[in-house]
Amino acid sequence: MKMRWSGLAFTVGALTLSAGALAAPPTAAMLVNACAGCHGVNGGSAGPSMPSLANQSKEAIVVAMKKFKSGERPSTVMGKLAKGYSDADYAAMGELLSKQKLHATTQTLDAAKVAKGKSLEEANCSRCHMEGGKEGKEDSPVMASQWLPYLSIQMNQYLDGTRKMPEKMAEKVKPMSKTDLDALMHFYASVK
Amino acid sequence: MTLDRRSFIKLIGSASAVSLAGCAGAPAVQMANEIMPKTSRRVVVVGGGYGGTIAAKYIRMMDKSIEVVMVERSDHYVSCPFSNLYLGGILKDLSPLTIKYDKLVANHGIKMVQAEVTGVSAEGKFINTSKGSIRYDHLVLSPGIDFRLDEMKGYDAAAMEVMPHAWKAGPQTVLLRKQLEAMKDGGTVVLTIPLAPFRCPPGPYERTSMIAYYLKKHKPKSKIIVLDANPGIVSKAPLFTKGWKKHYEGIIDYRPAKKVTEVDAKSKAVLVEGVEDVRGDVVNVIPPQKAGHIAHVAGVVGEDKKWCPVDPTTFESTLHKGIHVIGDACVAGAMPKSGYAANSEAKVCATNIVNMMNGREIVDMSGINTCYSYLTDKEAIHVTGVYKVDKEKNVIVAVPGSVGIPPDLNELDAIYADSWLRNILIEMST
Repeated sequence: MKMRWSGLAFTVGALTLSAGALAAPPTAAMLVNACAGCHGVNGGSAGPSMPSLANQSKEAIVVAMKKFKSGERPSTVMGKLAKGYSDADYAAMGELLSKQKLHATTQTLDAAKVAKGKSLEEANCSRCHMEGGKEGKEDSPVMASQWLPYLSIQMNQYLDGTRKMPEKMAEKVKPMSKTDLDALMHFYASVK
Repeated sequence: MTLDRRSFIKLIGSASAVSLAGCAGAPAVQMANEIMPKTSRRVVVVGGGYGGTIAAKYIRMMDKSIEVVMVERSDHYVSCPFSNLYLGGILKDLSPLTIKYDKLVANHGIKMVQAEVTGVSAEGKFINTSKGSIRYDHLVLSPGIDFRLDEMKGYDAAAMEVMPHAWKAGPQTVLLRKQLEAMKDGGTVVLTIPLAPFRCPPGPYERTSMIAYYLKKHKPKSKIIVLDANPGIVSKAPLFTKGWKKHYEGIIDYRPAKKVTEVDAKSKAVLVEGVEDVRGDVVNVIPPQKAGHIAHVAGVVGEDKKWCPVDPTTFESTLHKGIHVIGDACVAGAMPKSGYAANSEAKVCATNIVNMMNGREIVDMSGINTCYSYLTDKEAIHVTGVYKVDKEKNVIVAVPGSVGIPPDLNELDAIYADSWLRNILIEMST
């Protein structure tokens, strides 16, 4: 004998339909809350190798997730996690994260490197990483206040070719020395 | 979804058992002296670990008009994740894994009661604690695990002091490390693993790796015998196998399908299926597990007498309305019994409790698990996944393609794992 669940729920009364059957689609907060265990509450990371997501533009988040999903951007866990969501989910997450306030970090930085980085930044990077890295043009990420170890991991991936540099970035970065790049990362890490 | 007649009768049976509880079956829980009389809408959260802290915090973050009372017997919490690194000698002490609650409760206006929960009345909507009774509108239980000691003959409280489990981080973890340090070079460590499911599926294998790491470095003539009740390594199997071959050949003696059913504390021996006698200088017994004690007191443990069946969208018990169970204690479908899963479940549960209390629509769950295991001080591995509810089956499933392990042991996973710990503990404690 087989019974339909809906009929059964009606008969028993007390055992109503599960909450899930009638639930609304997940909100942006429901999606983003799950990320906070690694990326921090309100998009602010406390872990030096993990990026803060707060204040990133919607476009930056959507493009990053698409590149993780396709494998174009190298990752450990993100390539798999990105496959758990749709393009619409990426957009909802990006929309929410873009409204969160920049997460200011306090890091031990070399003042001389910060100053040198500042002198290099305007001529080389500021057309895309605007306002000292507090804003990003189109899908360029916000870099202000990101942790130095995170920035270094990303720069190493750019330099060894595992992460593809946008053409305009390659034009600027390739001629630079390691010392210059290190100074630039110190500068961006210092911006609050 | 269709049900056959037998399941139908089972369901009816359990439904009537629920309605009778308090009149005929178990004696009704009596209210003691009420502390903190309820003047507004209130959620009581029991447990201050990976699940409880997050449920309490997120309810307050989402609706400040709901009072949240967190009941926890201790004034601090020691994380199980990363405690194997302490056993490996990589962490000097447990302080990086220890959180206090003062900042969490102050930042979010959570009311903290340090007390033991002694009773739960689902009908009366109150709990009894060692300090008195507390009423609630919704109750969240995040009690973690307890042990099925009836399946491990001889493993009583005294035996635990000789052969530690160290499966709840704290004094037991410290005891196991002291024993490893006191062991002579050339000694044998025995580690026993129960049948799945248990807290932290890769945990026993990370522990094996970390103990082997310690032995290789400090006591290279020693070895570790692993008696696993399961037919093979339960989680991240290819990578543990690879890592053990790469780093610990001749140190780890892994024996699958060896179910330990009895221990003898005097001779530091364990019995496999009551017959084979394996002795060690240090014996780490990880016993079979079940939902934490409070879940049994509350009557939210299922027919298996082990774990708590819940609605996968609200984490509300299918046995008692108004009581939600999260973390290791609940049956969360495909989500593993991990710290990150408890964190994720707590947020889903908090969101939908706030929705329920405000008469708003319930929202679909979306969860993540990310879990790291160390093989050495520098190399680690991960498993990760995204989870949602399959509406046909009403069960939590993994989103296809999102679950997986890395191609090899790698240093980046160890670096990210460290940040994982920092972020998740700060999320729990601030």
